[in-house]
Amino acid sequence: MSMEWYLVVSAFVFCIGAGGILVRRNPLVILLCLELMLNAANLALVTFARAHGNQDGQIFAIIVMVVAACEVTIGLGLIVALYRRRLPIDVDELRELQG
Amino acid sequence: MSLEAYGWLILLCPLAGTVLIGLTSQILPQKVHGAIGTLAIFGSFLSAVGGLFALQDLPKEERQVVAVAWDYLKTSGVDAELSLLLDPLSIFMALTVAGVSTLIHVYSLGYMASDRGYSRFFAYLNFFVFSMLLLVLAGNFVLLIVGWAFVGAASYMLISFWYRRRTATEAGIKAFVINVVGDIGLVLGTYFIFKHVGTLDFLKTFERVPQEFSRNDGDLVAGCLLLLVGAFAKSAQIPFHTWLPDAMEGPTPVSALIHAATMVTAGVYLIARMHPLFEQAPAAADVGAIVGCATLLVAATIGLVVTDLKRVIAYSTMSQIGYMVMAVSSAAYSAGLFHLMTHAFFKALLFMAAGSVIAAMAGNQNLDRMGGFRKVMPFTFGCMIVGGLALSGFPGLSGFFSKDEILSLIAARGDWHVVLAALGFVGSLMTAVYTFRMIFRAFYGDMVPEAKELADGHLHHPAVPTNPVSGEEEDYEVGFPGPDHHIAEHTLSMKVAMGSLAVLAIVGGLLQVPKVSHVLHDFLAPTFEASRFYEGLEPTDSLTYLAMALGGALALLGIFIAYTLWVKQPERPASIRDRLGAPHRLFVNKWYFDELIDTVIVRPFAWFGRFARNTFERIFVNGALVGGTTVGVRAGSAAVRAAQSGFLRSYAALLLVGVVVVGIYFLVVAR
Repeated sequence: MSMEWYLVVSAFVFCIGAGGILVRRNPLVILLCLELMLNAANLALVTFARAHGNQDGQIFAIIVMVVAACEVTIGLGLIVALYRRRLPIDVDELRELQG
Repeated sequence: MSLEAYGWLILLCPLAGTVLIGLTSQILPQKVHGAIGTLAIFGSFLSAVGGLFALQDLPKEERQVVAVAWDYLKTSGVDAELSLLLDPLSIFMALTVAGVSTLIHVYSLGYMASDRGYSRFFAYLNFFVFSMLLLVLAGNFVLLIVGWAFVGAASYMLISFWYRRRTATEAGIKAFVINVVGDIGLVLGTYFIFKHVGTLDFLKTFERVPQEFSRNDGDLVAGCLLLLVGAFAKSAQIPFHTWLPDAMEGPTPVSALIHAATMVTAGVYLIARMHPLFEQAPAAADVGAIVGCATLLVAATIGLVVTDLKRVIAYSTMSQIGYMVMAVSSAAYSAGLFHLMTHAFFKALLFMAAGSVIAAMAGNQNLDRMGGFRKVMPFTFGCMIVGGLALSGFPGLSGFFSKDEILSLIAARGDWHVVLAALGFVGSLMTAVYTFRMIFRAFYGDMVPEAKELADGHLHHPAVPTNPVSGEEEDYEVGFPGPDHHIAEHTLSMKVAMGSLAVLAIVGGLLQVPKVSHVLHDFLAPTFEASRFYEGLEPTDSLTYLAMALGGALALLGIFIAYTLWVKQPERPASIRDRLGAPHRLFVNKWYFDELIDTVIVRPFAWFGRFARNTFERIFVNGALVGGTTVGVRAGSAAVRAAQSGFLRSYAALLLVGVVVVGIYFLVVAR
């Protein structure tokens, strides 16, 4: 199977994630969409690693997974904190950091 | 010890003195500071004497020694070193400065004894002597400029010594500003010369000047004229002289040391030191001679009418320095320097005697209020007479020989220099008149209350101390030395200093008696070996005798006129004054020089300053520059602030758009 299909799937998944971030307001869903984007990137990295015939891309993919795990930890923690303080679970309502 | 070691020691003694007094000002008692200061200067004088002997041991053609301690800066083209030039001229100046300074320190021990700023006074005085010695010993232009500026600063500190007196601080500022104008002249002049000769060292400069410059070369004349600006400002020559009379606000020992004997002669020293330059630029030298002559006449006429005791002597100082500047600018070097030395003796003596009279008057300096001190202050009177006779050029005393040597040498130059010499004789007549006018008015006539009090055995002390110039009330923290005054009759140290100077004023002239001795001329010869005029300029016998006879006769005539006018017929001066209303007004108003400078320089500058503050500063700087920047920053930050909406999803959208744009850009470029 040629490489292009993997890249097409990767781009497709990335766009779904990006679109989800732009249109959804629930922080939990935004986190899920972020995860989609990261995994799309991982797929692309692994594909390129295969294309180049070395392991660099695979190692990158593992590092991205580590980063993703951290990000999810912090993101979920924030959401739990929001829930406990009875704040609205809606990113459009949480805009106190405006300039 | 070697000559170099003596040279450094001359400088180190007063520097150590000023540092020591400054550091221990709170620890040691005041008396010790006076002793430290005096001993430091005396040590410097002894080193100068040692240097004199070391110099005389050298063969005649090697008597120009450069002592280098270290380099400040040595790159291609600039060679600034900490170097001293030890030659007959600098040793002569060091001897005069340190010698007279020692006596003035001794005088100050008594005169300033009850002043609250006693320690500070000696620290300043030592600093001044250090600066002056640095000036005269400097071996290159850089060090000369450093000494030149230090001397100006020391003069400022000492004029404003009684710093709570408004008049004193104003006089100090005036002196400092005019001196800085001179400093700028000196620096620019140095640049003009350095640009061509490519060295800052004196001896190398003098060597290269005849090769680098043709006679009256434009740049050399400009450089020399700028050096003259420096010399005129320091030596109170027209039109930079207005600070000197005001400088009399300082304590009397300061007037004696700085504004008579040493600092104001720096200009004379500068011209003598730079003689190879001035001989190659005769146009500049002629300017110096003419300005010196004008100054001596203008100052003498003002001296005839001033009623402030110290200001009479100050104008006389200006006048005598006019003689010196005229002499060294007309290539009569040894005569000019000889007069510098004798003038230091008798003028310091006159100031000291005036200080004693002022003490008896409890700070009042007005001649109109004085009279009849002859009987009650015999010692002061004697010193004043000796100083006055020497200043007038009474035959046999020091001033007679030095002044007549100047005038006969200038006349020997021929051409229009004869006119200068003739005007110099007119000036010497006026010198005798104003000197003895001052003496007769202060010491003859009816006894004033202060003199009567002194005859009863105690000094006059005012109930409320006041500023003698403005009449403002003062406390004893400021102003005329403390609660106690000291006159020479009651104070040993003042007597010693004045007595020594009186002896020097009498015998000092024997160094250079025409046809008999030329000690100074021979001694200074190595410095002036390259001069065209030094050995060649010699008045004929008849000219020498004529000058001596004329000078002596004019001195006697002047004294006689003064005696007639102010002792025999005291009502005559008033009628003469009424008859000569216009010139009298001109002289009393000091030829309107203060007003002229005020109109030509001060007011335009003040106007420009107001313009800069009101128009330029407010509209351009505040409005356009500062205001424009504020508006720009504010508008920029408003735009950036608008992007910070707080909507997470808009941030994400911006991020995506950015990534897409960057991606497209690279795709396009990569093609």
